[in-house]
Amino acid sequence: MSVKIEVEVNGTRHEREVDPRLLLVHFLREELSLTGTNVGCETSLCGACTVKMDGLTVKSCTQLAVQADGASITTIEGLSPEGELHPLQQAFWDEHGLQCGYCTPGMILAAEGLLAVNPSPGESEIRESLKGNLCRCTGYHNIVKAIQSAAKGGA
Amino acid sequence: MAVLGSSIKRREDPALITGEGKYIDDLTLPGMTWAAIVRSPHAHARIKSIDTSVAKKTVGVVAIFTGKDIADSEHGGVVPVGWLLPDLKTPAHPILAVDKVRHVGDGVAVVLAEDRYTAHDAAEQVEIDYEPLEAAVDPKAATEEGAALVHEEAPNNIAFDWELGDKEKTNSGFAAAAHTVALDLRNNRILPFAIEPRGCLAHYDKNRGLTLRMTSQNPHVHRLLLSLASIALPEHKIRVIAPEVGGGFGSKIHLYPDEAIVSWCAIRTGRPVKWIATRSEGSTTDAHGRDHVTHAELAIDGDGKISGLRADTHAAMGAYLSTFAPAVPTYLHGTLLSGQYDIPAIYVHVTGTFTNTAPVDAVRGAGRPEATFIVERLMDLGARAMGLDPAEFRRRNFVSADAFPYQTQVALAYDSGNYEPALDKALEIAGYAQLRADQENRRKSPGEDGGKLLGVGLSSYIEACGIAPSAVVGSLGAQAGLYESAKVRVHPTGSITVYTGSSAHGQGHETTFAQIVAEKLGVDIDAVDVIHGDTQEVQFGMGTYGSRSAAVGGSAIVRSIEKIIAKGTTIAAHLLEAAEGDIEFEKGEFRVKGVPGKAQSWGDVCLMAYLAHNLPEGLEPGLEETSFYDPANFTYPFGTHVAIVEVDPETGEVEILRYIAVDDCGNQINPMIVEGQVHGGLAYGIGQALWEEAVYNQAGQLTTATLLDYAMPKAHQLPSYETASTVTPCPHNPLGVKGIGEAGTIASPPAIVNAVCDALSPFGVTHLDMPLTPERIWRAIHPGEDA
Repeated sequence: MSVKIEVEVNGTRHEREVDPRLLLVHFLREELSLTGTNVGCETSLCGACTVKMDGLTVKSCTQLAVQADGASITTIEGLSPEGELHPLQQAFWDEHGLQCGYCTPGMILAAEGLLAVNPSPGESEIRESLKGNLCRCTGYHNIVKAIQSAAKGGA
Repeated sequence: MAVLGSSIKRREDPALITGEGKYIDDLTLPGMTWAAIVRSPHAHARIKSIDTSVAKKTVGVVAIFTGKDIADSEHGGVVPVGWLLPDLKTPAHPILAVDKVRHVGDGVAVVLAEDRYTAHDAAEQVEIDYEPLEAAVDPKAATEEGAALVHEEAPNNIAFDWELGDKEKTNSGFAAAAHTVALDLRNNRILPFAIEPRGCLAHYDKNRGLTLRMTSQNPHVHRLLLSLASIALPEHKIRVIAPEVGGGFGSKIHLYPDEAIVSWCAIRTGRPVKWIATRSEGSTTDAHGRDHVTHAELAIDGDGKISGLRADTHAAMGAYLSTFAPAVPTYLHGTLLSGQYDIPAIYVHVTGTFTNTAPVDAVRGAGRPEATFIVERLMDLGARAMGLDPAEFRRRNFVSADAFPYQTQVALAYDSGNYEPALDKALEIAGYAQLRADQENRRKSPGEDGGKLLGVGLSSYIEACGIAPSAVVGSLGAQAGLYESAKVRVHPTGSITVYTGSSAHGQGHETTFAQIVAEKLGVDIDAVDVIHGDTQEVQFGMGTYGSRSAAVGGSAIVRSIEKIIAKGTTIAAHLLEAAEGDIEFEKGEFRVKGVPGKAQSWGDVCLMAYLAHNLPEGLEPGLEETSFYDPANFTYPFGTHVAIVEVDPETGEVEILRYIAVDDCGNQINPMIVEGQVHGGLAYGIGQALWEEAVYNQAGQLTTATLLDYAMPKAHQLPSYETASTVTPCPHNPLGVKGIGEAGTIASPPAIVNAVCDALSPFGVTHLDMPLTPERIWRAIHPGEDA
């Protein structure tokens, strides 16, 4: 049995027949070849799979693709126009906010979600807001700096 | 501004911040099948029967294989161990279990299907009849009478029995000591936990052989081990490629059965096969770290000078010997027990034990965090016994700056060091005297500051990294050399491609290695590319671990550059009609000394090397050089860290108020990257100290296999770090670099535990085992009470 869904991803509308149990992250990665969104834990705890759905940050590893029917989704690939960097992407680069880069797309999407509701967060607010996104490389120090720097630049 | 030593932004990042980086699970091949490995739910059991008939009927299943299929086949092999100790027991480790499973997660069968979901569905349908057996779980209890036996070849579960140092001399030191302190500790087992799970994608072509893309810190090592032992293909018929790798922390050094199973399936079926570990699958099969049970003692004379140290450790090896497992609690642990101190007698005894758990091998720091924890905890206990400030007790026992090179009592010869300035700097940044005064005041008026207890902990660590001189490690049991290779290929137009055996997975080699080349050759950094992670492109490589990439891999690049300059000098001298000895190379020009304007540019010389129209007689065209750099010694980074914590006596919770790290990694190629490595290393060590523990219950079940139970540090639990450095260059490599990838992980566990024990000292607490959970702390403050 498959279910027809219609999803807008990064500004492009997609119509697909999907297995009802297909996870949103696998829909993005394997149906649409948008592999920037990563899977780290399959239990919505590490945040590597964070995307933006209808304005909210969600963990795409614990959403079904069918739940995204009719939704508008932004992944790391669609965060900025082709050839340009979003201020958060720029800030992660400038501040050495990544090492292996695996958590980075989710981390940037989570930070974007924070700045959307709180444009100038303090350090503790940033740290609290990143509870759902784990990084094993950076010790978070430069991730926090990058988000502060993007916020100052008016991201 | 010099390129070398500058905080240049990483060239790796643009792909990674836009989602364009390609990790293993991002790769697909036409006709690809998905593998799911059926794993044992039991810690220890006999396999009575395997029934795949139902699973095979699942629509979309391509094939199912068992351990017997592999054992009976031409290409089936075992997982080898790459480090042999005297009398080491090396029971066979089949790539899929045949008669017995020995830990939860041990592979029993493999299912291939047309897609990921079907493979996992069918794996659930494979019926295996097990006869469960008793499990051995604790590294010390496993050696005691009546414990379950993991391997019949290893009586009492003892894999090896190893010692280092002069036992008699050490014991006499203790007999004559004015004071002794003793410590019983358990160094908690941790999960490596790269956010990217392990995985691989194998493709076999009868003519070209096997191409294996995998999460690897060392593709050539993986190729070598696969060829020698696991899949019986000639080495030149195996190509291993590491794409972007999402963190390793040691876990992607080792050869696991999984890569061999997937390769075997690709050879057998002729179709590409991909396998990606689920998180709990990774947790039960990645090689874990630490898991030591140790008794240690320190002897001190009447003047507060250490007169001896001895330690007895039981170190878990897990169910099978992983790639470098026997080296970790021995040569990466026992040899570090002199720390920064002048200790006249040391003796260490280590028993490596088999347990029905996941294998234990190198995890960030590898042996050195365990050693440093022993030494730095003993230093605090010693200071307390002597009534000395912990900083003063350390200072009194440091190897003095004029004593280098310094021969320790545990084999290592420290090439360089200058420990007091790092301690002084750390204490100054911390405002140490004021902190002690604040602590005194709080203890006098405990009501203030909400009754919270202030603790200050020091950790003056040393590490041996830049691993390692091949002849030395060979004499100690390594079945490999630990040099590194580098090929520098200069193109006719003067741009450069570097091929390095150091396979990065987040460390930024593409940037830092380009900095070395740009500086040494005086070319623009954008004229230099760095290639790594592919056995077909790079001649050979030992990989990235043990904080070795800059010291060994970087030095190999320098050696190749020196050869390039030498050949360039020969060509330039010929073109300038000058003697080679009169040519100097500076800022991208070959100049005749003392004759202004008489020079050949870098570009002219490179072009002539390839035009070959006018070369000295007998000189081959081309400009490309390869070097294998074998270090003369380990490198010895050091430093002092200070943790300042507050403990809530009502809840047992610890808050890190400040964390100061002063590290000396020698010359720094890129200070921004150095600091980033320190930050990450600190989080890793602080995680072990406060929250992380891989817990096996008595039945051998890993009860912390997911992030619901395994407490990896989160952003809100950690402080921003205060970092600083001193610079004592390594005297024996051409860059004067030492390594920084593991310093934070080595130094921070004892800094945190010392700080918490300092806070709790009014309650008579002398030691607590990690992780320092609120419950453990609360119980120490409230002995005998119920929460």
